[in-house]
Amino acid sequence: MRTALPVLGLLAIIGLWWLATIVFGIEPLLVPSPADVVASFLELPGYLLEQALITLWEAVSGFGLSIVIGVPLALLIVGSRVLERMFYPLLVALNAVPKVAIAPIVVVWFGFGISSKVLMVVLVCIFPIVISTASGMKSTPSELVELFRSLDATRTHEFFKLRLWHALPQIFVGLKVSITLAVIGAVIGEFVGADAGLGYVITVSGGSADTSLAFAAMALLAIISVALFYGLTWVERKLVPWAEV
Amino acid sequence: MITLSGVSHSFGGVHALDGIDLEVGEHEFVAVIGRSGCGKSTLLRLVAGLLTPSRGRILVAGSPVTRPRRDVSVMFQRPALLPWRTVLANVLLPTEILGLGDHRDRAHELLELAGLGGFEKRLPHELSGGMQQRVSLCRSLIQSPQVMLMDEPFSALDAITRTELSEELQRVQLARPRAVVFVTHSIDEAVLLADRIVVLSPRPGRIHRVVEVDLPRPRALGQVELDEVSRELRGLLVTA
Ligand SMILES: Nc1ncnc2c1ncn2[C@@H]1O[C@H](COP(=O)(O)OP(=O)(O)OP(=O)(O)O)[C@@H](O)[C@H]1O
Ligand SMILES: [Mg+2]
Repeated sequence: MRTALPVLGLLAIIGLWWLATIVFGIEPLLVPSPADVVASFLELPGYLLEQALITLWEAVSGFGLSIVIGVPLALLIVGSRVLERMFYPLLVALNAVPKVAIAPIVVVWFGFGISSKVLMVVLVCIFPIVISTASGMKSTPSELVELFRSLDATRTHEFFKLRLWHALPQIFVGLKVSITLAVIGAVIGEFVGADAGLGYVITVSGGSADTSLAFAAMALLAIISVALFYGLTWVERKLVPWAEV
Repeated sequence: MITLSGVSHSFGGVHALDGIDLEVGEHEFVAVIGRSGCGKSTLLRLVAGLLTPSRGRILVAGSPVTRPRRDVSVMFQRPALLPWRTVLANVLLPTEILGLGDHRDRAHELLELAGLGGFEKRLPHELSGGMQQRVSLCRSLIQSPQVMLMDEPFSALDAITRTELSEELQRVQLARPRAVVFVTHSIDEAVLLADRIVVLSPRPGRIHRVVEVDLPRPRALGQVELDEVSRELRGLLVTA
């Protein structure tokens, strides 16, 4: 039942889409039918999967890097009023800048290769991770904090045996937001300047008016996002079983 | 074991405690009762070293309290268990923080005595409120404290569980007496457990009266001799 329902929903949407392209006689150039899209994928399956892997790798490594940078950053922010005052506004400002506007500069700085894409992913992912980690740690119940105080616990103990653990369910909320943004970040990077990846495929297919190919690439992007999201949900269930109540 | 002399405490403008003088012996169980807001929790926090008194001196085992001590354990109204830790890991928490070495055997022993044998691997949310508070009791015993400070530890429980736990605490105290300060709203609980009962009067909190409970142990709730003391205390609380 749990897997049947989403599949059913998907099939219904594809059915409607197909029906619409037939009933309204829409040009394949504007909206290709599902069959056109599948055909387009089957023309170059190896190539498309390779591009998908590149985008996936950019998204995942940027996401991982965001965790590695974001969680310690949140620890610093929660640990020190001064650091919070100094860097929190900057972080908010950084997040407010439209990523599409930064992308060209990032490509100029880091080139057409993978590093500029990974950096784009970090730029979109890091904010939700820092915010969720910091607010999760700050919302630790006072009775638990008092318990640690009554044991004369060090700051290190308070952070690593209490606050970070307490924040875990909330960190996962941030991670789930970030993981979907990660794919978007990678694609933005590829749009602006790349020679590989699904974003690149979409740009190129736009140039040659190959709408079916663009749709095939988008379908792969959707599959990647969904797989990453539910993979993360699975990890969450394994890692924070106490949060399910 | 515990000495308070002329202890007063204010939070900003709120005068919570005023001129408290109290001695608690090495093996003595002292209950503190009084109306809501009369400063019972504040008194406990001061002895625990979680607050510094505005005036007066607090000594534990002969030395002034400047910060929380490792031979003093605190138990709160709510179990305050870490939801991600198993029962066993929760009980062991103080030994990890205090760096006391391997206490797993001792933890198993305590859990067994508390009737929680077989629940070591469970998470707190799988336990009833009463069981959680038993875990909390085991946790406050694991560090072998000389002083136990308890702030209405059973007040969030239903009447039956509450009685069970008070009787259990009486057993713990009989087996290995310590200095205990036990804050409660329940007169019956105080009479069951305490050697002496301190009645606080509100705003600011002062010691209104100290009642000795000179009854043999073990005591049982509902014993007629206890009722007499309870009646006296009820009267005192009205005039406090
Ligand atoms: N952190 C605080 N900041 C300001 N005022 C406080 C603080 N803690 C307690 N007070 C005040 O001090 C007084 C005594 O509070 P305390 O918590 O010690 O009472 P209590 O006897 O434990 O009450 P209860 O029976 O409801 O638990 C109250 O008037 C309360 O408002
Ligand atoms: Mg209180």
